[in-house]
Amino acid sequence: MAFQKIDMQAPACCGPSPMQNTIADAHFITGRLAVNGGEVPLVSTRLNWRDHWGTWKVRWDINRMNYQVQPGLYGVGNPKADSPVLVSANYKMSFDYLRRELGGIDAWILVIDTKGVNVWCAAGKGTFGTEEIVNRIAQVNLAGIVNHKTIIVPQLGAPGVSAHQVKGRSGFRVVYGPVRAADLPVFIKSGMKATPAMRKVNFNLIDRLVLAPVEVVGVIRPMSIAALILLTLQVAGLMTVSWAMVYPYLGAIVAGTVGFPLLLPIIPGRSFAWKGWLLGALWALSVIWFKGWQWDTWHSILQALGYLGILPAISAYLALNFTGASTYTSLSGVQKEMKTALPAMAIVLCVGIAALGVGFFVK
Amino acid sequence: MKLKYLKNVATLNLDSDKCTSCGICLDVCPREVLVEKESRVVIQDRDACIECGACALNCPFAAITVRAGVGCASALIKAGLTGGEATCGCGDGGCC
Repeated sequence: MAFQKIDMQAPACCGPSPMQNTIADAHFITGRLAVNGGEVPLVSTRLNWRDHWGTWKVRWDINRMNYQVQPGLYGVGNPKADSPVLVSANYKMSFDYLRRELGGIDAWILVIDTKGVNVWCAAGKGTFGTEEIVNRIAQVNLAGIVNHKTIIVPQLGAPGVSAHQVKGRSGFRVVYGPVRAADLPVFIKSGMKATPAMRKVNFNLIDRLVLAPVEVVGVIRPMSIAALILLTLQVAGLMTVSWAMVYPYLGAIVAGTVGFPLLLPIIPGRSFAWKGWLLGALWALSVIWFKGWQWDTWHSILQALGYLGILPAISAYLALNFTGASTYTSLSGVQKEMKTALPAMAIVLCVGIAALGVGFFVK
Repeated sequence: MKLKYLKNVATLNLDSDKCTSCGICLDVCPREVLVEKESRVVIQDRDACIECGACALNCPFAAITVRAGVGCASALIKAGLTGGEATCGCGDGGCC
């Protein structure tokens, strides 16, 4: 089959193609390929400032749940009937991270509808799954476009995709590609062979740090409410709010949302709540030291106890929440952790609050 | 460096009677839990298992079982409080 590139300026012929809904113009579409009486958009393999800005925003949880690409069939380079088919989620960041690795490669990209969610999360929920892949293959009439019967599915889609069921229902054989798109060119060149390193998910410093902004943004709402309460108390003359009063709590929050991802591997222990507690305890001890409290008055002892009760509990709770974003925790492990961690946190928190409360009135 | 979580909690099981050592599970596991030893597939690092379920879903012979689920504390807490099921709630500040 010979495919003919369509001039972008020329109007599309005869309305929507029979194999897919016409994909709306987007800045990353560089042309259209005439295929089987319809068209397939060709996309750029270079990311521009719009794409980088979009990535930055979702990393900060801005419009993260609505950053999508229209599902359907796309192409990169000059795809032909024997070109490989790469399957992608319709989360735009997934799509961008895939196409930027395909410079100089001719391939089809089958974008399936994962409701704007990335491959791994969608696979866990089943939306990046057997059903959607089988349906999308039929919808774009993939069998009428390529002369082979293979689709390359990202390895992290495997929790949602049953390869043998896709084969049985669509006729297409699933080959699992590497975890990281950056390994795709080598994978394809070597005849779809993956090295063990390509199949392994890591959780190194950069992997952890890029998750910190979302963790920080997640605490902004409760922090704003707390700030509002403090402001009200200040205005009502019931309390004077000072930096000295507030910074210990801010520090505990930073410890749990930024310090924890950063230092995760070197903090002793396996449980996230425990590691978070240790980090928070270290911070609490530092605060006590900064404040220069002497252990001679009941007031300072109770204040110190208060901080030791409250601050590590905050960090521990935030660290526990990081289990959802990390790549090596398991459901069974998290359940086990929570059984002891949550009650323990609640207890030390109450003791801490009580100590602070009593200390407020004692000299 | 392979980060390790809690020990002896994974619900992963391999039925060697059903297993034909086809090796598909080796392709889909992101944590090198399974390995081929002397032409047989075995579990080499059960504690590294994240219970994603990829191996069980892709085994054509149903030789692998694992209880896969959302390993996210906030989802579990929310489920515990509302009495619902733990999901990666999308659109409500969930873990996705």
